[in-house]
Amino acid sequence: MSDTPNAPESPTPHGGGSHGPGAHEAHGHEAEHFHNHSGLYLGVGGILMVGTALTVYLAYVDFGSHELNITAGLLLATIKAILVALIFMHLKSERKSIYQILFVTMAFVIALFGLSLLGFFDHIRF
Amino acid sequence: MEIPYTVKPRPDTGLWNAKIGIWLFLASEVMLFGGLFSGYVFMRLGAAPGHWPMGLLNVPVGTMNTVILIASSVLVVFAWAALKMRNFARYRLYMLLTVICGFVFLGVKVGFEWPAKFHHFGAYIKTESLSKYEEYLGNQHLASKGLGPRVEITGILENHDALNNVEITEYRVQLDAVNADPSSPANDHPHFIPRPISDKVAIIAKEDVQFASMFVPRHSTYFASYYLITGLHGLHVLGGLFVFIYFLLPVSKRLYEKDPEHLANRVEVAGLFWHFVDLVWIFVFPIFYLL
Repeated sequence: MSDTPNAPESPTPHGGGSHGPGAHEAHGHEAEHFHNHSGLYLGVGGILMVGTALTVYLAYVDFGSHELNITAGLLLATIKAILVALIFMHLKSERKSIYQILFVTMAFVIALFGLSLLGFFDHIRF
Repeated sequence: MEIPYTVKPRPDTGLWNAKIGIWLFLASEVMLFGGLFSGYVFMRLGAAPGHWPMGLLNVPVGTMNTVILIASSVLVVFAWAALKMRNFARYRLYMLLTVICGFVFLGVKVGFEWPAKFHHFGAYIKTESLSKYEEYLGNQHLASKGLGPRVEITGILENHDALNNVEITEYRVQLDAVNADPSSPANDHPHFIPRPISDKVAIIAKEDVQFASMFVPRHSTYFASYYLITGLHGLHVLGGLFVFIYFLLPVSKRLYEKDPEHLANRVEVAGLFWHFVDLVWIFVFPIFYLL
């Protein structure tokens, strides 16, 4: 680890020279860790671009009914959004408190969409 | 006063404070955009046949902007990773490229896409007058193919005064390709590449028009929601750009020298916001441009 090219020579995050070697080693590990992920980020970016091209393409394919085009488009958008959230926003490995916040958020969003759909399908009739 | 837990995790949450803060903020953002998207669904489901326009936006330009936004999302993670690896020069480069992507996105949106719409005109024809304009609407052809009706004639308004002058009784419209040849099967569905405007001009009597305007928010629920949601999204892009520019200023270099992890965490939090803005666009693009 110690031969990592990007390891810092001077400013270490916290600490002075007292625990220099330890900090250096920890940091070397960190650097390699992030190096590995850069490929993943690039890969996900590529998948998102291909996904965009596919979304555009599928919008012009005649499935027989426009509803199917809408379903396909939204399904692809959802997959892309999940990729962004899991990888770019690091949600695939996050602390529990973040998941708790998001669980409540999703519950409210689903309720919100449910209520507006309920409002649409249950017209007031005079 | 030192702000606590900017780098070290807070014992009770297990996270540094800004991380919790940004996720709570993003949760409220999800509700904000969720409200607008559910409103969009509500209005679209309720739109009368022919009253939800398709193919009015420039899809190649929208696709390009989508690609730019995705690229900027990758760049901002790279900037953060560069900081984590303590490579400040590379961090600055990625951050600068992110900022450029953001400005190109906004420039295209506000400098090209919106103004192009402001110069486009549409007139909804009254139900009882639709047959008078059959040569521009092609509803017999559409009905024979089981497609929804066409109730609007669009193009470039030649007598612009007609919009405000009540003494002018007609609109002279240089027709869009679809209204110039409405019964051609080529015009049944929108095209990826926008078709050039025709040189055919239609005279539309005002008494036959239910509603007419340029493609501004008041034109239709479609354009009202389009400008509202893309406008709010654009403001988010602008807000993110302000923060990223701050990260390029000398003050951030000083923070890096004092505590690089603190700057990395700031970039991570701003990056989370930026990815969220990207995520919103992933839905905005298909629902307004494509479907």
